[in-house]
Amino acid sequence: MAGSKSKKKNREEADKYSVLLPTYNERENLPLIVWLLVKYFGESGYNYEIIVIDDGSPDGTLQIAEQLQKIYGEDKIVLRPREKKLGLGTAYIHGIKHATGNFIIIMDADLSHHPKFIPEFIKKQKEGGYDLVSGTRYRGDGGVYGWDLRRKLISRGANFVTQVLLRPGASDLTGSFRLYKKDVLERLVERCVSKGYVFQMEMIVRARQLGYSIGEVPISFVDRVYGESKLGGNEIVSFLKGLLTLFATT
Amino acid sequence: MTKLLQWLLGVSLIGIAWGLVTFDLLDLQLPAVYKEVAWPMPVYLLVVFGCYSLATVGYRVATFNDCEEAAKELQAQIKEAKADLKKKGLKM
Repeated sequence: MAGSKSKKKNREEADKYSVLLPTYNERENLPLIVWLLVKYFGESGYNYEIIVIDDGSPDGTLQIAEQLQKIYGEDKIVLRPREKKLGLGTAYIHGIKHATGNFIIIMDADLSHHPKFIPEFIKKQKEGGYDLVSGTRYRGDGGVYGWDLRRKLISRGANFVTQVLLRPGASDLTGSFRLYKKDVLERLVERCVSKGYVFQMEMIVRARQLGYSIGEVPISFVDRVYGESKLGGNEIVSFLKGLLTLFATT
Repeated sequence: MTKLLQWLLGVSLIGIAWGLVTFDLLDLQLPAVYKEVAWPMPVYLLVVFGCYSLATVGYRVATFNDCEEAAKELQAQIKEAKADLKKKGLKM
């Protein structure tokens, strides 16, 4: 009895979760998201680290991050800043290189993704041994806050068209709150070339193409508390272009 | 096979089947009623698919969860976090 218990503990300790937080001008949000991450990881007892990848924010995000590192320790808060704003894909590559965990969690630092769901992601992953677990706004108790009818219509419409054309086997393609096995994320990032919303979609479409298993956890998405959220004509056009590219190439 | 090719394959298979029945390309001497049912079928399918799409998207927009509770919880936690971080010595 005691033996099996300690064995279980060992196995859990072997799993480590690296949270990648790409930031650009998030000085307001970064301390809050870090505080929430520390809270929920602390409560659930999983081994973790938070990797902050700041792309030379002019608002002093990095200085705030340095203060947080002093408060929470260098083993928990890892700073891997870059000189200037580069793409999300390269931010992940940069983050993975420095990650010591065997699982990687990617999420937005703007508080639209709540860390309370991370223990659920981990539980789901362990249940099914999934290669990746994706948060979904479109299923079960999932949902959004702060969206008007137009935004909901665009979101649902775009999702429907994508489901019909690509049949990706996941309900939320443009969401970016996900947990990956480290090697799976590495392989996917290498293959993905898109930008913006389409990048997240390409990641999951390629995952399916490569035969990786996908688990889903309903999440509530609370739109940016500070700062502005954008969804204009340009985003829609580039989304459609990206969708058609994936349609023709995957 | 890409999704585009899958679609083209599917559409051409349906197209061939439709052409066979509607124009009796193989000279099977099918009863006239087959032809009558078959020829408007593409338009009929399109309309059905259109209705299905509109209904699905409409239903999903109407039932999209508004997470009021989550937003409230977050606001409360933000307050708590700010107070705690200040106590820990964070200077904003």
